[in-house]
Amino acid sequence: MIGRLTRTVDRISTTATEERAFLTVNNLKVAFPTEDGLVQAVDDVSFSIEKGKTLAIVGESGSGKSVTAQALMGLLDRKSAKVSGEIWLNNVELLGLSTSQLQSMRGDELAMIFQDPMSSLHPFYRVGDQIVEAMRAHRKVNPKEARREVIDMFKRVGIPAAERRVDAYPHQLSGGMRQRVMIAMALINGPDLLIADEPTTALDVTVQAQILELIQDLQKEFGTTVIVITHDLGIVADMADEVAVMYGARIVEKGPTHTIFNEPEMPYTLGLLASIPRMDMEAGGRLLPIPGNPPSPLRLPKGCVFEPRCRYASMNNGLSETVRPDLLPSGSPDHLVRCHLPQETRRRIAEEVLTTLRSGTKQQ
Amino acid sequence: MIGYLIRRVLGMVLLLFLLTLAVFFLFNMIPGDPARLTCGKICTPTLLAQNRHKLELDIPPAEQYVRFLGGLINGRTYAADSPSPVYCPAPCLGYSFLRHQQVLSLITKALPVTFWLALGGFIIWIITGLAAGIYAALHRGKWQDRSIMGLALVGYSLPSFFIGLVLIFFVVLEWGLLPFPQWVSPTDNPVQFFQTMILPWIVIAVLNAAFYVRLTRNQVLETLGEDYVRTARAKGLRERVVVVKHALRAGLTPIVTAAGLDLAYLLGGAIITESIFSLPGMGSLAVDSVVRSDLPVIAGVTLVSAAFIIFANLIVDLLYAVVDPRVRVG
Repeated sequence: MIGRLTRTVDRISTTATEERAFLTVNNLKVAFPTEDGLVQAVDDVSFSIEKGKTLAIVGESGSGKSVTAQALMGLLDRKSAKVSGEIWLNNVELLGLSTSQLQSMRGDELAMIFQDPMSSLHPFYRVGDQIVEAMRAHRKVNPKEARREVIDMFKRVGIPAAERRVDAYPHQLSGGMRQRVMIAMALINGPDLLIADEPTTALDVTVQAQILELIQDLQKEFGTTVIVITHDLGIVADMADEVAVMYGARIVEKGPTHTIFNEPEMPYTLGLLASIPRMDMEAGGRLLPIPGNPPSPLRLPKGCVFEPRCRYASMNNGLSETVRPDLLPSGSPDHLVRCHLPQETRRRIAEEVLTTLRSGTKQQ
Repeated sequence: MIGYLIRRVLGMVLLLFLLTLAVFFLFNMIPGDPARLTCGKICTPTLLAQNRHKLELDIPPAEQYVRFLGGLINGRTYAADSPSPVYCPAPCLGYSFLRHQQVLSLITKALPVTFWLALGGFIIWIITGLAAGIYAALHRGKWQDRSIMGLALVGYSLPSFFIGLVLIFFVVLEWGLLPFPQWVSPTDNPVQFFQTMILPWIVIAVLNAAFYVRLTRNQVLETLGEDYVRTARAKGLRERVVVVKHALRAGLTPIVTAAGLDLAYLLGGAIITESIFSLPGMGSLAVDSVVRSDLPVIAGVTLVSAAFIIFANLIVDLLYAVVDPRVRVG
């Protein structure tokens, strides 16, 4: 009780005068010192989300999206990762918290669903017990009530025969069921923020849609703010209110979902959109893959990090090779783009690529 | 589960049977004549033949083996037709004509000594090994880790006779902190029992703890990187719970295996430690019998020690199912 009170007092005292969104991340940087040099995994990432909304962070492997999520959860090892910047959740700055303060928030006010539900559940404990453990870390419940609450939550996340399944071990459940268990575990304490790190990557395609729908239903029901981390643009279109595209440890484009899908400006975003097969494409229509591979985080290009793979970088008289572009508003203030190309050029290129894709013109 | 147990026990019996066969023929092939050894200094050919008959060495080896097996189950009488037959009740592991004692009674006298030695040492080394291993894992790369691993390396490299002699020299002779070790049963004189056993326990524990520190540290470090440990942290659990309940528990299987087999191995006798502290256990019995070429005793000790290992294997396999629910025996 006293703990709760002091926590509340702490929170009031840390409340600044300025008005912040429910989740505000300012200039988040994460670096890992290695023997080969400093790996800047996340560089100067800023974003904010209003309560109850969904932000999608999109990018290839190694773009820094998962590290961003782990930084938010405070899961990065303080000894091996250098984290700086600000993370404000409900007007509490998370990076400045002590380990024990953070522990009391993790799993309670912010929770996370991981990519692979098999390896994310402890193989030696019953799934029900693993969830009860999450409850008891944050509040006092007697075992009977806890069990009933877990069964209720199992029913809510669509686990059939919940009374029996609470006593199952993870290996006795299917992949979809395991991910439902992970979702139940994440939601058991009613978190305000849910981070889903590639929640469907390890699942069968038929199960993916069910899990996404479930997350959205529960989000509506609980008013949870969701950050979904994915490389699957289908999920983004399905769930997100806003999209942040990450490349080479940075956000390269950010905006409302419909803007990103219909009026993308950064060539990398365009490349992502052009490289997914679409149902409305005519048979024989070509995908436009992005050439090359993501840069090594140890040897990032001097200029624009996407420059070596960009088809349009040569249109800048070498500007892209030497100068890092900034993330600047383009058109509306909520659409941010990190690109040296002039706005008109970017829009014209996007227009051309998207029309080609939509019409499915065969490129002879 | 029941079917599995029956199969395993039958397998154990078969293995033990093969073991008796191996032991029996190995000792038949060893050069030297047991009859000659029991004959004494004034040996005449008649006396030798008499002895040979008494030891039942004048019959074919196959027949000897059958009698040996029969003795295990029903007991046997050596030299039934001689004026002084020797009866060996079941389970007869043999009769030492050098000591004029049943092998089984020699072993039952030695076993409690070894049991207490092994048990005490085991408790000390498991506790210190696990605790130091976890501590080192949590401070990986720092001075705490380095000093623990350095100490473990030293402990691992020091021969047990060296540690034992150094301990006796300083603790008993130089500083007089403990009386000279003199075996006594814990029920007869608990104080003297502890005074006698504490140094042998330390010797046993140092060597083994060193190994368990490394094993535990590596296991914990490996499981600390697992996804489910990250999940445990994401739940907001305290670090101690994360490490012990989630990381250590997952890495326990190899530790359980090693511990079970090491304990069983020790029950077969800690030859050097027992010799240094003059504990009349299985190890001393074995050494003594080898020195005197008391073949029936050597065979008996070998069989009993091997039986411990075989039995420990079964226990360890059953423990797997307790430690790891994914292992379903059957």
